[in-house]
Amino acid sequence: MNSATVRHLLVRGMLAGLAAGVAALLVAYFLGEPSVRGAIDFEKAKAAHHGGGDDPLVSRALQSTAGLSTGILVYGVAFGGIAALAYCFALGRIGRFGPRASALLLAAAVLVAVYLVPFLKYPANPPAVGNPDTLQERTALYFLMIVLSVLIAVATVILGKRLAPRLGTWNATVAAGAFFVLAVGLAFVFLPAQDNTPAGFPATLLWDFRLATLAVQSTLWTVFGLVFGVLAERALAPAPAERPETSASPAPVAG
Amino acid sequence: MAQSIAQPTSTTAVPATLPIGVIAPWAFFFGLLMLVLLYFVGAEQGATAIFSGTGVHEWVHDGRHLLGFPCH
Ligand SMILES: [Zn+2]
Repeated sequence: MNSATVRHLLVRGMLAGLAAGVAALLVAYFLGEPSVRGAIDFEKAKAAHHGGGDDPLVSRALQSTAGLSTGILVYGVAFGGIAALAYCFALGRIGRFGPRASALLLAAAVLVAVYLVPFLKYPANPPAVGNPDTLQERTALYFLMIVLSVLIAVATVILGKRLAPRLGTWNATVAAGAFFVLAVGLAFVFLPAQDNTPAGFPATLLWDFRLATLAVQSTLWTVFGLVFGVLAERALAPAPAERPETSASPAPVAG
Repeated sequence: MAQSIAQPTSTTAVPATLPIGVIAPWAFFFGLLMLVLLYFVGAEQGATAIFSGTGVHEWVHDGRHLLGFPCH
């Protein structure tokens, strides 16, 4: 019965992730693609070296439409599934929040821990920004930063929960927040810096691109939090443990 | 099952917790599956490669950039 709840939430998480992916895709296409195009133009003008530059297997027209859709929708569904599993853990354990508030809080936490914090150290780069020789190092550092940030975020929640009975909710939240900022700051200081912006790359183009990636992620996680909250609330509605008498046919749940 | 402590028996909106043991197998298998999907969007044929060539990289190229992954 509980296992079925996990399955229901997982399926709904992936569906909500798909919906969030569609919204993020629109933002990526209309806000992001112009700066990707601009960056590729810069790259070509500099007699580029990129795999998509000289003789691409996949045309630019396909990369910026079908390819972009594949990438963002798969990302949405996969992260939706992961967030749903995290939601199963968080439900009822992070404080007195209902299904919808829990979903929105979780989505906000994932946005901060998985994207915003790593972005502050290793911001997203458009084509032409980045030396191919350092790709392995940059990829490893980026994923390490994500892992560290997620671990710090989990530790922050646990710390906040532990402190709450002693300090009260407000002070415990402030203390946990201070811990989060301090730990993230330490990680920022000790991880090596990366700057791969080639000379002459337009600063406004870089800014526009990075802003677009923030818009993509914010859209993704906002839509996910809202849609998944509604779906999760419906999935949890029959609450079998609470109503032993009437739980025979949970009619309102679709699928 | 996992009854939370001090249930006020009234209409609280706080949902019951799911036991860790029930979530764990789902989290393990599906979490892994989702991470594999993310790997193909975010890193395949970039820093590391399971398949040779550049087809996967080029197909998800724009998504990889706009989702914040290091691409090239
Ligand atoms: Zn690229």
